[in-house]
Amino acid sequence: MSPAPTPSFEPPRPLHAAFGWLVFGFFIFTQAYAVLTSPADAMMGHLQKIMYVHVPSAWVEFAAVGVVLFGSLYFLWKEDERADLLAASSAEVGAVFCGLTLVQGMIWGRPTWGVWWTWDARLTSTLVLFLILVGYLALRSFVEDPHRRGQWSAVVGIIGAINVPIVWMSVKWWRTMHQIQSNPRSLSPEYLRGLLLNLAAFTLLTAWFIWRRYEAARYERAAEHVSQAAALGGIDG
Amino acid sequence: MVGLLGHNGCGKSTFLRIVATLLKASAGDCFVYGANVKSDGDVVRHHVGFFSHVPGLYDDLSARENLAFAATMLGFPEADIDAALERVGLTHVAHERVRGFSAGMQRRLSLARLILQRPRLLLLDEPYNNLDVAGIALMNGFIRELNAAGGAAVVVLHDLVPAQGVLDRTVTIRDGRVHTPTAADLRHGGDSPQAITLPVGAAGIS
Amino acid sequence: MAFRDDVRRIRAIVWKDLTTERRSKAGFSAVAALGVTILVLFGLALGPDGKALQSAAAGALWLAILFASVLAFNRSYQVELDGGALEALLLYPGSRWAIFAGKLIANLLFVLAMLVIVVAVGIVLFAVRVPAEWAALLGIMMLGVVGIVSLGTFYAAMSSRSRAREVLLPLLLYPMLIPVLLASMEATKAFLLGDLLNASGAWVQMLSLFDVIFLVATFLGFEYVIEV
Repeated sequence: MSPAPTPSFEPPRPLHAAFGWLVFGFFIFTQAYAVLTSPADAMMGHLQKIMYVHVPSAWVEFAAVGVVLFGSLYFLWKEDERADLLAASSAEVGAVFCGLTLVQGMIWGRPTWGVWWTWDARLTSTLVLFLILVGYLALRSFVEDPHRRGQWSAVVGIIGAINVPIVWMSVKWWRTMHQIQSNPRSLSPEYLRGLLLNLAAFTLLTAWFIWRRYEAARYERAAEHVSQAAALGGIDG
Repeated sequence: MVGLLGHNGCGKSTFLRIVATLLKASAGDCFVYGANVKSDGDVVRHHVGFFSHVPGLYDDLSARENLAFAATMLGFPEADIDAALERVGLTHVAHERVRGFSAGMQRRLSLARLILQRPRLLLLDEPYNNLDVAGIALMNGFIRELNAAGGAAVVVLHDLVPAQGVLDRTVTIRDGRVHTPTAADLRHGGDSPQAITLPVGAAGIS
Repeated sequence: MAFRDDVRRIRAIVWKDLTTERRSKAGFSAVAALGVTILVLFGLALGPDGKALQSAAAGALWLAILFASVLAFNRSYQVELDGGALEALLLYPGSRWAIFAGKLIANLLFVLAMLVIVVAVGIVLFAVRVPAEWAALLGIMMLGVVGIVSLGTFYAAMSSRSRAREVLLPLLLYPMLIPVLLASMEATKAFLLGDLLNASGAWVQMLSLFDVIFLVATFLGFEYVIEV
C-alpha cells in the first residue's frame, strides 16, 4: 500500500469549468450538425438519426470498460490508489452509458422490428456488460476496507472486462446456430461524417464525466484516509 | 524473548500481524532472518509461528485430524502428532470433534500445532488468555525449549505475571510507537519510518 | 520438492473440505434437494406439455445445477470463517494457488455428485430421451461444471467475506457465467435433441476454450483476493 497522495482541497479551477462548457458546446454542435445535415433514411425516416447517439454510446461504454481494465491492471502492478479510483469512476460512467445504449436500442427497435428486444449480439452484450459493471460497483459498496476494496475490484474488473468479448462471441454464435438473421445496420457515406463527429464529441464528453467523477472520488478517498488516521490515534504528536 | 506491552489499540497486535505476513504495512520494511516480509512472504512463513486468540481449528474434525491437516499444510506430513497431543494433555480427546472443546482445550490444541511446527520465531498474541496454570506452564516450557534450540519469540501481553522468567526484555508500545527514551518510530504510515531492531539473540527482526 | 508439497496440500484441503461437508448436518442432501426442487419449479413453469418440456430440458437442468451450486460455494468458505481457520490457512507456508486448487477440486466433486442426482431426476421429469452416447453427454456436463465451479469458487472467496454475501455472489457470478452457461446449455440441448453432431461439437470446443480462459484467470487472480 503506497502512502495516500492527499489531493489539495482547492475548489475546481476555472479551467475545468471552461473545458466542460467547451465539451458540451461541441457535443451540441455535432448533434445539430448530424441531425440537420443528413437526409432521411430510405426505410426508417428520421428514426435512423438515433444512430448518432446510439452508436457513440455503445462505443463509449466499451471504452469505459477499457479504462476499467487498464486502471485495474495498473493498480495491481503499482498499488497506486489513483488507478483504482479512476477505474471505479470509469465503471460508473460506463454503466450509465450502457443504460443509455439499451434504452436507445429499444427506442430504435420497436418501430423497426415491432419488438422492444431482439437478443441480438450488441444489445445482449451491452445488457450483460451493464450487469457486470453493476456487480463491480456493488462489490465496491459492500467492502469497507480500502485496500481490500481496491484489490478485489481490480481483479473483478479485469476478469469482467476479459469476459466482454467472450460474451459477444458466444451470443453471436448462439444466434448463428439458431439461424437467426442478423440485423444489418449498414451506414451509407452521407451519414458517416456526422457519426464520426459525434463519436469524437461523445468521447470528449465521457472523458470529462470520468475526470470529474475521479476528482470526487479522490476527495472521498482523502476523507477516508483522514478518518482512518484519526481512528488509529496517529495524528497526535 | 521479547515482550510487547501496551494498552489496547496501541498497535502491538498489528505489528505482530505484519511480521507474520497477515497484514501489509503501509510504510517501512520488516525483515525476518533476512527475508523481507512484503516480497518474500513465503520464506518468512517458513520461519514464523503465529499464535492468537483465533483458534483456527475446524469444528467438525477431531483433534487428531486437525493436527494431521496442519502437519501436511506445514510441510511435515510425518510429524509426531500423538506426541504433541500428549504433551498438551489432549490425548484423551484425540478423536473427539473440536466442536465440543472448551476455549482452554482449543488453545492447547493450537499450541500443539505450534509444537509440531517448531518455528524459529514465535509470534504470540496474548497467549496466556484462557489458559489455566497447567496451560501456562506448558506454554512457557515450550517457549524456553525453543529458545534453548536457538529460536526467538515476540510475545504481546497486557499482563507480565504469567511470563515471569521467560522474557529477556520488554518493549512498551504507546500509540503505535515504541515508548522508550531512545524511541525508534514504529508508526504505521508515518513519514519517517526508522528501523527498530529488537535484539533477540541470534535472530534479528529489523 | 516444493511442488510435491503443494500437491500434498491440495489433497489435504480436498479431504478436509469434503470431510467437514460430510460431517456437517445434511449439507449435501439439502443442496441436492434444492436442485431437485428447482427442477420441479421449472417443470411447473414450462409444462405440462411434453414437447415444451423436452425442448426446455437442457436449460432447466443447467439452471437448477447453477442455483444449487451457489449454495455449495458459499459453504465452502463458511467453514474457514467460522473458526478463524482462514487465517491459519494463510499462515501455512506454500503457494496460494494450492489453496484455490484444493477448494476448487472439492467443490467440483461436490457439484458433480449433485449433478448426478439432478440429471437423473430431470430425465424423468422432463421426459428426456437418453441418447446412446450418454458418456459423451456426461463429458459435456463436466466441462460445463468446471467452468461454473472455477468462477464460483473464485468469487465466493470474496463474497463470503463481505456484507450482503447472499446477493453478492449471484450478482457477480451469473453475468460472468453467461458464456459458459450458454455453451453448456446449447451443447446439451443439441445433444439431447439429436441434432447434427457438429452443432454440439462446436459448442463443446467453445466451452473448452472458455474453461481454459477462466481457469487461468481465476488461478492468477486468487492470490490477490484471498490474502487481503
